[in-house]
Amino acid sequence: MLNYLKLIVLGLVFLFAALAANWGRDLAYQVHAIIIMAVSGGLFLWVLRHTDEPAPVTDTSGYMDGVVRAGVIATGFWGVVGFLVGVVIAFQLAFPALNLDWAQPFANFGRLRPLHTSAVIFAFGGNALIMSSFYIVQRTCGARLWGGNLAWFVFWGYNLFIVLAATGYVLGATQSKEYAEPEWYVDLWLTVVWLSFLAVYMGTLFTRKERHIYVANWFLLSFIVTVAMLHVVNNISIPVSIWGSKSVQLFAGVQDAMTQWWYGHNAVGFFLTSGFLGMMYYFVPKQAGRPVYSYKLSIIHFWALTFLYIWAGPHHLHYTALPDWASTLGMVFSIILWMPSWGGMINGLMTLQGAWDKLRSDPIIRMMVVSLAFYGMSTFEGPMMSIRAVNSLSHYTDWTIGHVHSGALGWNGMITFGALYFLTPKLWGRAQMYSMSAINWHFWLATIGIVLYAASMWVTGIMEGLMWREVDAQGFLVNSFADTVSAKFPMYVVRGLGGVLYLAGGLIMVWNMWMTIRGGERVTTRLPQAATPAE
Amino acid sequence: MSQHEIDEPTGVDTTGHEWDGIRELNNPLPRWWLWCFYLTIIWGVGYTIAFPAWPLINGATAGLLGFATRAEVAADIDRYAQQNAGLTSALAKVELASLADNPDLHRFAVANGAAVFRSHCSQCHGSGAAGAVGYPNLLDDDWLWGGALAEIAYTVKHGIRNETDDDAHYSQMPAFGDLLEEEEIAATVQYVLQISGADHDTTLAQDGAALFEEQCTACHGEQGQGDRSQGAPNLTDAIWLYGGDTTALTATITNARFGVMPAWGQRLSPSDVNAVAAYVHGLGGGE
Repeated sequence: MLNYLKLIVLGLVFLFAALAANWGRDLAYQVHAIIIMAVSGGLFLWVLRHTDEPAPVTDTSGYMDGVVRAGVIATGFWGVVGFLVGVVIAFQLAFPALNLDWAQPFANFGRLRPLHTSAVIFAFGGNALIMSSFYIVQRTCGARLWGGNLAWFVFWGYNLFIVLAATGYVLGATQSKEYAEPEWYVDLWLTVVWLSFLAVYMGTLFTRKERHIYVANWFLLSFIVTVAMLHVVNNISIPVSIWGSKSVQLFAGVQDAMTQWWYGHNAVGFFLTSGFLGMMYYFVPKQAGRPVYSYKLSIIHFWALTFLYIWAGPHHLHYTALPDWASTLGMVFSIILWMPSWGGMINGLMTLQGAWDKLRSDPIIRMMVVSLAFYGMSTFEGPMMSIRAVNSLSHYTDWTIGHVHSGALGWNGMITFGALYFLTPKLWGRAQMYSMSAINWHFWLATIGIVLYAASMWVTGIMEGLMWREVDAQGFLVNSFADTVSAKFPMYVVRGLGGVLYLAGGLIMVWNMWMTIRGGERVTTRLPQAATPAE
Repeated sequence: MSQHEIDEPTGVDTTGHEWDGIRELNNPLPRWWLWCFYLTIIWGVGYTIAFPAWPLINGATAGLLGFATRAEVAADIDRYAQQNAGLTSALAKVELASLADNPDLHRFAVANGAAVFRSHCSQCHGSGAAGAVGYPNLLDDDWLWGGALAEIAYTVKHGIRNETDDDAHYSQMPAFGDLLEEEEIAATVQYVLQISGADHDTTLAQDGAALFEEQCTACHGEQGQGDRSQGAPNLTDAIWLYGGDTTALTATITNARFGVMPAWGQRLSPSDVNAVAAYVHGLGGGE
């Protein structure tokens, strides 16, 4: 019966997409309509072939790891795509001819830049978060994922969102809000997918066999809930037409800017910090084979982080139309946030107490430790840059880009690589990764790449900030903007090379994963039977 | 669930919880961490008392130190404005022809003009003033509308072919594509190449000479030497605003050109206009 309902819905979606492809007012919208037509048409046929057939029996005695396996592969794939686009746009900045006259307007920096940021944050980071939260919540709750195939809907739905977002950017559909560029219908789709994600996650928590909820799950749940709220509020807009991609934001002027950076900063806070801390709290103690350092610290820093992060957004708008009082509060909350952020680093690093020797022997632990070190560094750098006086120098310069990348490449990238190296052999029934020395290569390439990237951006950012504000004894500007651009050239090349090293490391990882998966078998881990009741 | 137990390597007891083999130690909060956290909170409270911070129903607390970002910037600008007040007002009123007689004022004008140029002019004319296709090079001595200090100041103030200033320089070359045959344009191009001293087709240039005489000399002059009163370029030098090869010249004659410059007198103060004129005048080609 359910299949008939599915067929009706898919048929209607197909029909609507066909009309949209015909009447669409812009190229991006028409291409999206064709993609949706293809997906709904394919699903229609697939459901039709399985209708009135006996339903296959699903073995529910084990953890649901198929979707995690898919997530592991998607994470590796999108990671390499995102790094590659990053390298391309880094060199476009150094050598503008690489914008390629013949490929205009599709290949210009303005369109590829959001492709890069979304590919690394949402495609690579998002798939990493979804797959690892599916893995972690099952293991730490002793329960199979709730909702049956809903988890598969989350995986495919999220990746469809990524394809729609990415093709939209290249074809020119954007609402011009940083890290929230996708247009209204893509936002609506993501809302549906994200609420399904929340349902699967909460459902699994509710059916858990353990009495207490493990700290990783607090962080992952706060990530899912907060991102849902941020996404919905920041994307409130009115479409110009249902047959076109353009929409108009509900908020305007400084209110819109404040909403955007409330969103933008908390995307960093809850997506890239809380979510990845959730990963850290599972994979670090598992890989080190040691207990978490301090339960008390995890409680205090979790609540402090969650309460404080949400207020820090205004520090993105110092010296703008934003009133001074809001800017002060943003700065103060950012600085108070310093210690709660470091709580996660301390808890992660000190978990290695009694296992420090693994730093020598285990390249995966080394990756996780470097990840925590970069986490600590960028959560110190962030509060520092939020200080108004520092920000007057650093804002709009490459220092910001360097800061973001020491966090993203160092913290998010390295902890994800660690998680992938932990999960791949486990999910495909192998004792360990195909090549341990390849992990070592990956580690050093990525680390040197990050150092080149961050160091060159510090130099060029501070230089640029000083050049912009430089005045002579009579108060006249010394440099034109173009002078600062040409002065940055050597550092742009160094940054590009750093990106090449990081990408090379990523390619080695994907090869290593491929070799591990090939010939491995998909293992099903049994759920813990008759778990002892909680005390 | 395991019982509370002592962790072997550290000697610390655990909380007794266990998830998928992960246990937790019962370590206290690190002292230094806690004190740093308290310190940042105390500092934060103090800072919000000293600086504008807490929103009220109408407006917000102003802070004990009376700090405001806008006031800070205004004070910064004011400091230099007061320091330069004498020179700025003298520069606004100066008879430009005699600017060079006052070395202090001239030095000030050039420094001021350089800053104005970097902010407002370099986008089109280049940060080194070497120009680009369609945007004149200001380093040479080839001037469309005159290179004396006062003439440059007039051009800066009123601009060229804009719609916002009635006193803007204005002239318009016809699009000869509507008036001449393609062959005639090709011949004229060869004649222009000839008088500018470039390689050309002699036969065609001869035909072109007659056409030039008929169509072009009214503005560009008998010899093609140009006419500054109507911004008509000198065609006998090797300096080209839109390119001097056959293709570019054919495009210029066929479609004509219509370069526009804003009236900067509407954006800049009178002293800034004089200053940037002095700067451009001093770049090498001033008359």
